[in-house]
Amino acid sequence: MADTESLAETTAQIESSKGEDDIIQIVAMHKWFGEFHVLKDINLSIKVQERIVVCGPSGSGKSTLIRCINRLEEHQKGQIIVNGIELTNDLKNIDLIRREVGIVFQHFNLFPHLTVLENLTLGPIWVRNTPKKEAEELAMKYLERVKIPEQALKFPGQLSGGQQQRVAIARSLCMNPKIMLFDEPTSALDPEMIKEVLDVMVELADTGMTMIVVSHEMGFAKTVADRVIFMDAGEIIEQNEPHEFFDNPRHDRTKMFLSQILHH
Amino acid sequence: MTLGETEAPLTVTEDGGYLPGTHPDLPPPSSVHGPIHWARVNLFGSIADTALTLLAVYFLYSAITFLVGWMFVDAAFTGESRKDCRAVADGACWAFIGNRFSLFIYGFYPEPERWRVDLTFVLLILAIAPILFDRMPQRGKALIYSCLYPFIAAWLLVGGFGLEEVSTDQFGGLMLNIVIGVTGIAFSLPIGIVLALGRQSDLPIVRILCVSFIEIIRGVPLITLLFVAAVMLSYFVPPGTNFDLLVRMLIMVTLFASGYMAEVIRGGLQAIPNGQYEAADAMGLKYWQSMRLIVLPQALKISIPGIVNTFIALYKDTTLVIVIGRLDILGIGNSSLADTKWQGLSTEVYVFVALFFFVNCFCMSRYSLWLEKKLHTGH
Repeated sequence: MADTESLAETTAQIESSKGEDDIIQIVAMHKWFGEFHVLKDINLSIKVQERIVVCGPSGSGKSTLIRCINRLEEHQKGQIIVNGIELTNDLKNIDLIRREVGIVFQHFNLFPHLTVLENLTLGPIWVRNTPKKEAEELAMKYLERVKIPEQALKFPGQLSGGQQQRVAIARSLCMNPKIMLFDEPTSALDPEMIKEVLDVMVELADTGMTMIVVSHEMGFAKTVADRVIFMDAGEIIEQNEPHEFFDNPRHDRTKMFLSQILHH
Repeated sequence: MTLGETEAPLTVTEDGGYLPGTHPDLPPPSSVHGPIHWARVNLFGSIADTALTLLAVYFLYSAITFLVGWMFVDAAFTGESRKDCRAVADGACWAFIGNRFSLFIYGFYPEPERWRVDLTFVLLILAIAPILFDRMPQRGKALIYSCLYPFIAAWLLVGGFGLEEVSTDQFGGLMLNIVIGVTGIAFSLPIGIVLALGRQSDLPIVRILCVSFIEIIRGVPLITLLFVAAVMLSYFVPPGTNFDLLVRMLIMVTLFASGYMAEVIRGGLQAIPNGQYEAADAMGLKYWQSMRLIVLPQALKISIPGIVNTFIALYKDTTLVIVIGRLDILGIGNSSLADTKWQGLSTEVYVFVALFFFVNCFCMSRYSLWLEKKLHTGH
């Protein structure tokens, strides 16, 4: 344990000398699914409190990219350094990183056999060793923040999709993460529920959370993002601040993608 | 399509119709629900249906009157031989069962020590209760007792430490079925869970061991395993050690059920979406934490029908100990038939044994349905 921490610290020092406040650094990273080269030479630095929206056609590797950041997918080449710790096969490092990185999934992935409150307190109690009562207070605080404290004792199956996704966001926040990943958080929702989830995400962005959001919600990208990244066929094609990105796309593939998603 | 054509004009054009957005919820018309409607549709829908209904009612009536007559009305409950029974009535001769009742229950357990068996049964019920019902007060403490129960039961039944020792050769009748059945049920579930998880393991050695164990156990009939327990196992233990035959049988029955249990639970594990594992991983839970808190509670819930199925099969398979010369409730019944005083009463014996197993298995089945309903959380 002590070894890992000191290693983490030294790595952190090395990294902080490179980029002043980069919380995520991805260097020349490649990933394959079997023979399929899904991510090609990804280079990306993300600063503390930066809000990034990743978009691109389906199958372009955007979900895989953010799932590499908390090791739900393993990369085969290159470096990923999160919060000063390099992701390797070392399980301790993976655990350390997962404690700092929250993720919200497209299909919520709430635990259906536990109540909303139990879903929220599970991580704090078992991973952070928080006493039960304290964990419940923390959970209620975040349930109020996502505006559904009255649903605490229900089961996920009794909630609407929008409510479930808000519970999922609160569940991640209960772990007090430094970085939040969103993997198409509104794609599985009925249209009338998208706004309630995006509102929660906008509020979260206002608190200064570092966020990486895979999404096609261009309105959200325009108002919230510091940077929009466009991916296609496993490569980062173009990245820019949202104003420039939408008004002045440089690459042909970006132009085509934007014309396809904006013209209906 | 027909809905739109026929109903749209009704609500829109008729006078006294509701304005859009103001239509209240109305009860369905009385002709489409209620018991009379149900009978008309399901029992007397056509001439053929009516004929079949009447025929079924006739068969049910004659079967039930015959059974009630044989079992209760014309039955003899007292007597010292078959002749006594027949002198009173021509129905069932339950006097036979009554006469042999203690043999059916205790087998050859020495008579002055039988209170120990009774006590073990009572303690068993107390040990099972906290496992079955999670709303029991003081459940935590009660569960500790449940864990200690197997040792208490073994001590009570076998003796030693102040109690007179009873050889396991003298175990028999219903108590033998319950000893084997309860042991098998209690141990096959945890072993099955470990085997099922091992089969999914990333470690090749663990996986190969689990898969071969499951396949070998499932590929061999239980009777063969019991013969192995009775005859061959003594070749594998050091000479001079006397490994109790009952213990060998318990091990074989438990391992046999574990193999099936593992596959039932594997089915449940496969039904858990990948997202559940990912959410648990992303939260930073360790492997055993995510299994215990997230995956197994869901997988076991899905597997309840299969698990109880295996339990019931195991419980009924306890009668197979007859092949290695042990007399369980069925064996006792069979051998009782040889008594010349009571010859020709096999129907009574088999009905009694069948009823005993049916009541036990039916309770398990009902409990599992209740549990499934209780664990349903609306997804």
